[in-house]
Amino acid sequence: MSYSILVFVKQVPDTQNISGEAMKADGTVNRAALPAIFNPEDLNALELALELKDRFDAKVTVVTMGPPTAAEVLRDALYRGADKAVLLTDRSFAGADTLATSFALSCCVNKIGNYDLLLCGRQAIDGDTAQVGPQLAEKLKLPQIAYVEDVIDLSFDKVTAKRAIDGGYEVLECKLPALMTVMDANTPRPQAARRIMKFKRAKTPSELSKAHANADYTDAELLAEELAVLEEKGLLINEWTANEVGADLERVGLKGSPTKVKKIESVVLTASESKMVEATESGIGSLIQELIEDHTLG
Amino acid sequence: MADQIGNVWIFIEQEEGKIADVSLELVCKGRELANQLGVKTEAVLLGNNVESLADTLYSYGCDTVILAEDEALEPFTVLPYARVLTDLIVEHKPNILLFGATFKGRELAPRVASEKLAGLTADCTDLQIDDFDDKVNKASYQNKLMQIRPAFGGNIIATIVNTWDDPQMVTVREGVMKMDAPDSNRTGELVKVTPKLTDAEKVIKVIERVREDKTVDLKGAPIIVSGGYGVGDKETFAMIKELAATLGGEVGASRAAVDAGWIDHDHQVGQTGVTVRPKLYIACGISGSIQHVAGMDDSKKIIAINNDPDAPIFSVAHYGIVGDLKDVIPKMIKAFKAKA
Ligand SMILES: Cc1cc2nc3c(=O)[nH]c(=O)nc-3n(C[C@H](O)[C@H](O)[C@H](O)COP(=O)(O)OP(=O)(O)OC[C@H]3O[C@@H](n4cnc5c(N)ncnc54)[C@H](O)[C@@H]3O)c2cc1C
Repeated sequence: MSYSILVFVKQVPDTQNISGEAMKADGTVNRAALPAIFNPEDLNALELALELKDRFDAKVTVVTMGPPTAAEVLRDALYRGADKAVLLTDRSFAGADTLATSFALSCCVNKIGNYDLLLCGRQAIDGDTAQVGPQLAEKLKLPQIAYVEDVIDLSFDKVTAKRAIDGGYEVLECKLPALMTVMDANTPRPQAARRIMKFKRAKTPSELSKAHANADYTDAELLAEELAVLEEKGLLINEWTANEVGADLERVGLKGSPTKVKKIESVVLTASESKMVEATESGIGSLIQELIEDHTLG
Repeated sequence: MADQIGNVWIFIEQEEGKIADVSLELVCKGRELANQLGVKTEAVLLGNNVESLADTLYSYGCDTVILAEDEALEPFTVLPYARVLTDLIVEHKPNILLFGATFKGRELAPRVASEKLAGLTADCTDLQIDDFDDKVNKASYQNKLMQIRPAFGGNIIATIVNTWDDPQMVTVREGVMKMDAPDSNRTGELVKVTPKLTDAEKVIKVIERVREDKTVDLKGAPIIVSGGYGVGDKETFAMIKELAATLGGEVGASRAAVDAGWIDHDHQVGQTGVTVRPKLYIACGISGSIQHVAGMDDSKKIIAINNDPDAPIFSVAHYGIVGDLKDVIPKMIKAFKAKA
């Protein structure tokens, strides 16, 4: 028997270079306008899962919620060693805050069923909230361990993990199934060349039908056949809608989100009386002199 | 006032019987919000043998201290804390609930918010009371908590409102809210509650716990010299430390420098680090993103050293030096040593 580990990953906008145009009028983010990357700490969560797979024998399923293009991070996870991938995608999920997101993910977990360990990155770089992990744990009534750096031991009824706390660390023991959020404390393995060869053909059903539409054939039977082949080869990325995971539409997306954006303001840094100082010895010397005289220094 | 609205609650974080600074800062802010709303400021204190902390909480402005003591509440583990807090919320219906954005607060608050189906906003840099017209859903709300935080890369400040069932929950970083002086003449009411905990909340066991109090006190430092990504490497970061030591200050950093591994997270200044208000803040090789600036723009004097004359940091600086920090910092050290 092997462990079943689910890893939750997110495709995020690369927040380093975002401009005001990236926000839509309703106050949500226009992700289309931004370069998308694999959320860094989700890679740490995946790495931890893959290490557990190496150490204890496990099946690793990656799950993401996002637009159809988020299948990209799932393929990336397959290249690194994940066994199975699930994309949760539906227009009704748009605008979800962390509560609505964790609810949708919990429905997905219930559909997957059978799991021992759920892993999330500690937080995503687009919001830095670190909320979805604990909220998903609560939705599933599972115990949680946040800020995990390493798993010391795993046995069928419990996990022992080392995790960060303010000013130090703790070793915690927790019964399974459980959810852990993972810190940037390991080095994610690179994509493996052989796995790329295999999984670059992995597709979601909608990617497959899109390829068909582009090639201008609309043979439903052929499509079904090709899907069956992908499935058999382990190359099918599952793609589920809100209905397919049994999610109550009142509880997902903007509707299911208690937090609303009231307004968005561009930031104008309040200019203070700014004095330019020459980067020369005399310029810097007189600056230091001034600061000593007004008792800021010394 | 129309219906009776709930009180303002502050989750009090304590470690070995010492209250976290951020909790006291939030008591001060919470009192200000409560006064505006005409409700009480109430502290929720969990632990074991912590009753003696109540006096401190009154002195900072709490009208009530709700105390829950149990062996299972020491040391902190998330499940019993979440259980007790959620039960208290259901019973007393607070309007607002504030948490420090610490390791504990950020693990606990989302768990409670999820069970209570309440909204939660992380890392707020300001909190205000105002009305909210939700044009999309054609609903209006009075006297709501405006939860203000930088968003998305930082050109933007978002005001977020929680429109569901109370409480309106937020987390706030240490140092963001100012701590007022305590007044030992203030008193309050102690409300003791008996936690109802079952084995279900005790499935997480602490095997080992190692911690020490923070070694840096950025908030209290009168002079801070901060290094950013422009410092370039760990070796050069020693120059930042040298300047700080020479001036008798502490070392700060931007998140990019922390992420690069040049210095510990305890030194990070900004929205997700510490907020500081020193007499003098020297930003070296820091571009001036809103998340960084949010944590230092109340400094009395700011010097920015950057080789890009267009860097946004110059717009908050009182003194700007355009140049290579590797050249400027040694000159500063030399000048100070010559004059002081
Ligand atoms: C949700 C969220 C929360 C965040 N919280 C924080 C936070 O709390 N604190 C924080 O700091 N950031 C935070 N950030 C990150 C923030 O957006 C910026 O990415 C970060 O502050 C940039 O750090 P920096 O200025 O050091 O690096 P950069 O932006 O890369 O700037 C480096 C600067 O150094 C200058 N430079 C380069 N070489 C030299 C040289 N030789 N001499 C002089 N100058 C030089 C460059 O001109 C440039 O201006 C957060 C981001 C997000 C999304």
